[in-house]
Amino acid sequence: MIEKEKVYWIYKKIFTIRFFEERIKKIAKEKIVPGYLHTCIGSEAICVGVMAALNQDDWISSTYRNHGHAIAKGCELNEITSEIYGRKTGICKGRGGSMHISDFSKGMLGSFGIVAAGPAVVLGAALQEKINKSNKTCVSFFGDGAIHNGAFHEAAGLAKLWDIPMIFVCENNGYAEATATDWHLNTKELSDITKAYDMLSYIGDGNNVFEVYDITKKAISEAKQKNTPIFLEFKNYRFSGQYEGDTQLYQPQEEIDKAKQNDPIKLAKENSSKYGLNENDLEKIINEAKADVDKAFDHADTQPWPQPEDALEEVYVNYPVEINT
Amino acid sequence: MTIKTVKDAINDALVQSFEEDKNVILMGEDIAGGKGREQYQGTQDAWGGPFGVTQGLYTKFGGERVRDTTIAEAGFFGAAIGAAMTGLRPIVELMYVDFAGVCFDQMMNQAAKVRYMFGGKQKVPMVVRTVVGAGFRAGSEHSQTLYSLYTHIPGLKVVAPYDAYDAKGLLLSSIKDDDPVIFMEHKRLYMTSCEVPDDLKPIPLGKGRIRREGSDVTIIAIQRMNLFAEEAANELEKININCEIVDPRTYSPLDEELIFHSVKKTGKVIIVDESNPKCSLASEISSLISEKCFSDLKAGVIKITAPHTPVPFSPPMEDFYIPSTKKIIDAVKKLKDV
Repeated sequence: MIEKEKVYWIYKKIFTIRFFEERIKKIAKEKIVPGYLHTCIGSEAICVGVMAALNQDDWISSTYRNHGHAIAKGCELNEITSEIYGRKTGICKGRGGSMHISDFSKGMLGSFGIVAAGPAVVLGAALQEKINKSNKTCVSFFGDGAIHNGAFHEAAGLAKLWDIPMIFVCENNGYAEATATDWHLNTKELSDITKAYDMLSYIGDGNNVFEVYDITKKAISEAKQKNTPIFLEFKNYRFSGQYEGDTQLYQPQEEIDKAKQNDPIKLAKENSSKYGLNENDLEKIINEAKADVDKAFDHADTQPWPQPEDALEEVYVNYPVEINT
Repeated sequence: MTIKTVKDAINDALVQSFEEDKNVILMGEDIAGGKGREQYQGTQDAWGGPFGVTQGLYTKFGGERVRDTTIAEAGFFGAAIGAAMTGLRPIVELMYVDFAGVCFDQMMNQAAKVRYMFGGKQKVPMVVRTVVGAGFRAGSEHSQTLYSLYTHIPGLKVVAPYDAYDAKGLLLSSIKDDDPVIFMEHKRLYMTSCEVPDDLKPIPLGKGRIRREGSDVTIIAIQRMNLFAEEAANELEKININCEIVDPRTYSPLDEELIFHSVKKTGKVIIVDESNPKCSLASEISSLISEKCFSDLKAGVIKITAPHTPVPFSPPMEDFYIPSTKKIIDAVKKLKDV
């Protein structure tokens, strides 16, 4: 049985992510938000379920679709929102934007815009944990599209060869950009690709936050006990387009309607009493999440822009020549 | 004071760094060699990389810190980045710089950018040791220098030592440096030697070196080209032409002051670069000089580079490809008459 505090945390996070993404989608329609936006509506249960099994200082990598991971990992909403708006007080000081929301102090190694860049970086963090005989859990998030990329396979091969207990989390959301997963897969199940590495893998319902939590928790424990990487495939549906502004013409309406029956937020609501939350608790959590999101967006609106010359900072830790030449 | 080859000087710097800092690790293909044949005596640490540069480290420091990898550069370069961010100081070996393409994303988009684009909260103290250079009859895919490929990328530092003294001092610095450094070792220089003090201090990155003082012509020589520059200068001295040889040693950061100072003194400049000419270090340095020292120049800057071709295999063609002492002498004579 999950303790009440964790249940509350899970619900608070899952609603916060949904409200956050709905809000940024709406704002992007109303006014200009600089840059690309990749929202994660439909992935909330995976973000929250996995993170519920981690500690604050465990290591993760994320992708350009990172808002949910960042919120679940404990990044400040004000700083995330300010970053998306390009403000000086953003989580990356305005140098990252929506695609690169990441806070190292919260255990985020990075949110990478290059598909499949994350797994090898997390492999390195996990190697460091092993060499230093430390025990932080190391998780790489990536999408189904990443499994065709060589960098993923190279990381998977080395992780297995070196007995590295990292967790590969594949969010199989049905689409790699505008290409359907059932078309791009060469195997029956996505996780069948791990057979080449003799790597343990488990498949879970990515819409059910408690199932995600449960599978992840067990996988972390098994990986550390057996000194082996584990691949988790969570199946869900990407209600958002590849990016905001995507016409989504390739996603048939009947498919979307069907997926809505398993919407992670809908399932979370339906399951709430089973996990000890009554109507009042749920309403309170929803209101708190909405208020937090409102506050963050109001805050971001008031934040200063960076100075143009701030662009020259922090390229290097130490560089003896002027950077502007 | 001991006479050391470049190869041994690099090995010394690695050993010293391993001893000084337990966070230093080394990863690469066959940097030890013999994995999977542990049951047979004499198989371990058989290679030390294709040039034997890392030989002995596996035996001295063990397989946890000296890691043979699969032929998966994207995998172990990415791992070096994650390990560096979380506290180690990884050194990875890119067996030949010509293999840069299979792990360029890791250097260009991750190692170089994570500090900047994630708000300056993390650093990536890693070193890529790689082998460059023509003159080994190694063909088009094992002979390039590609100096400018990495120098172009903000966030990376690029080092290319000529002699054993600089190789040791600059590698010690590179390993201690908190930014990602590409450390380029020329395969034709490994067996060249010079005096290297046993207690040599790290040489700071961004400081070039005047290898020879002279007043008539400045020769800016990149890595192995210092050899030909020196030969040319010796010949030219016989006819009373005094060349100054500037070895920048590091290309990002670049010691612009040292270069400009010499240009102001002589007003005549030749840049010798083994790379292909387009968007090369030679063209970069030439452009800096014309921007900053235009009024000091008595003649246009002369670039001596390889032609705009891949590195050919057959000896007569490869020898033609590489800049030569004769080409430098001819260029200096031409400038002398200006």
